[in-house]
Amino acid sequence: MKVLIPSALRSYTESGWAEASGATLADVLADLDRRYPGIRFRMIDEQNRIRPHIRFFVGGVQASDLSQALDADAELLIVQALSGG
Amino acid sequence: MGLDTDQTTLAAARRVVLLVATRKGAWLYHGDPARGSWRVDGPHFLGHIISHVRLDPRDGRTLLAAAKTGHLGPTIFRSTDLGRHWKEAAKPPAFAAAAAGATGEVGRAVDHTFWLTPGPAAEPDVWYAGTSPQGLFRSDDGGISWAPYSCLNDDLLYRKWMGTVQDGTPDGPKLHSIIVDPRDPAHLYIAMSGGGVHESTDAGRSFRPLIDGLDVVEGFDRNDATFHDPHCLRLAPSRPDRLYQQNHCGIYRLDRPASTWQRIGRSMPAEVGDIGFPLVVHPRDADTAWVFPMDGSTVWPRTSPGGKPAVYATRDAGDSWQRLDAGLPPEEAWWTVKRQAMTADAQDPVGLYFGTTSGELWASGDEGRTWHCIARHLPEIYAVEAGEIAE
Repeated sequence: MKVLIPSALRSYTESGWAEASGATLADVLADLDRRYPGIRFRMIDEQNRIRPHIRFFVGGVQASDLSQALDADAELLIVQALSGG
Repeated sequence: MGLDTDQTTLAAARRVVLLVATRKGAWLYHGDPARGSWRVDGPHFLGHIISHVRLDPRDGRTLLAAAKTGHLGPTIFRSTDLGRHWKEAAKPPAFAAAAAGATGEVGRAVDHTFWLTPGPAAEPDVWYAGTSPQGLFRSDDGGISWAPYSCLNDDLLYRKWMGTVQDGTPDGPKLHSIIVDPRDPAHLYIAMSGGGVHESTDAGRSFRPLIDGLDVVEGFDRNDATFHDPHCLRLAPSRPDRLYQQNHCGIYRLDRPASTWQRIGRSMPAEVGDIGFPLVVHPRDADTAWVFPMDGSTVWPRTSPGGKPAVYATRDAGDSWQRLDAGLPPEEAWWTVKRQAMTADAQDPVGLYFGTTSGELWASGDEGRTWHCIARHLPEIYAVEAGEIAE
């Protein structure tokens, strides 16, 4: 599936879009990490929790459960969500 | 007095580089041989929150930087060519995953690595890291992969002393001031901003508190490590049995094997007090140390007292202190210096350096007698380290 990479993570992918595959959000993130080592830990902590200022959207709907099944034809949007100076 | 070793003499021939970690990136300042002018190299990691940058004194060329950003989790970057290229650690510090089905408190996650300490010369690939929430980590491969170290992170008593993210320091309690005894790699000291000073003599298999003689905030039990707030712990390089400490509640010295700290800050001027964050010890004279006092009265403004910044030096192990402010703003300067943001080089005379919360980098080439500003308008400075580059 196509994955939209936020600017904060493009140092890993060198591109705004990446390709990754998997049956669930966790699988897709694991595949993304195989392709771009280290990228997953910047989004998911060591207790498998989504970090506070990272959000995932599939088909315009937020995905907050790593076990959520994903359609291979869908697009995964990774969003950085933080404001302040 | 002191051990003016061959290593120190060698270091005196090397060029000094200042490693400045800020809220929005890192900068390197390369000194000329006279330390009179400084060439800036940066920003590195613009926009990243950099808590600490260290040069490996064992090879004089490897840098480690502790980083995170507002959005992303923490990591460590490593360079083997003085910052021309950086590579992310393959396995940054992370707590052990909570056991499946565990009940009670969920597992902890590292928010940021706060402190980096290179290991001793006898262990060339060893590094230690202290984190927030408070944890101790070690790398045995030069900073590429990290693992929890010792019993500390999961010991129930230490977890009680460490408290939670709501205790103490505004952006989370920090494990800092990791010190390896230069004579014995198994002898470690650590400090926890919430939880006190602790010592291990068995390579981290066990730790014990080292808090006797330290004051705590009025009304609390000084025998409970929970209430101790060390700001900066330093070992005197020329006399490794001597420790100095800038604490939330005063300045202290401890000469081992004694285990009761002496409050040497009592001899500071009463109108200035003995509260502050950083403390620096002379590399060759264990009786000489420098502090940077701040206002710890009323609501704890954490600014220079009266808006008049000054370094204070002792030349007699804390019996007396002298104000050193020549060249610093005489008034209306409301910044301060954080616990990692003041340091010394190993040259003769010793160079002193500090970075301010307002983004200024100050230097003294004469052990604090006169000061000049190297850089202004940087982001808030979190840490300043002086390294010496291998030629």
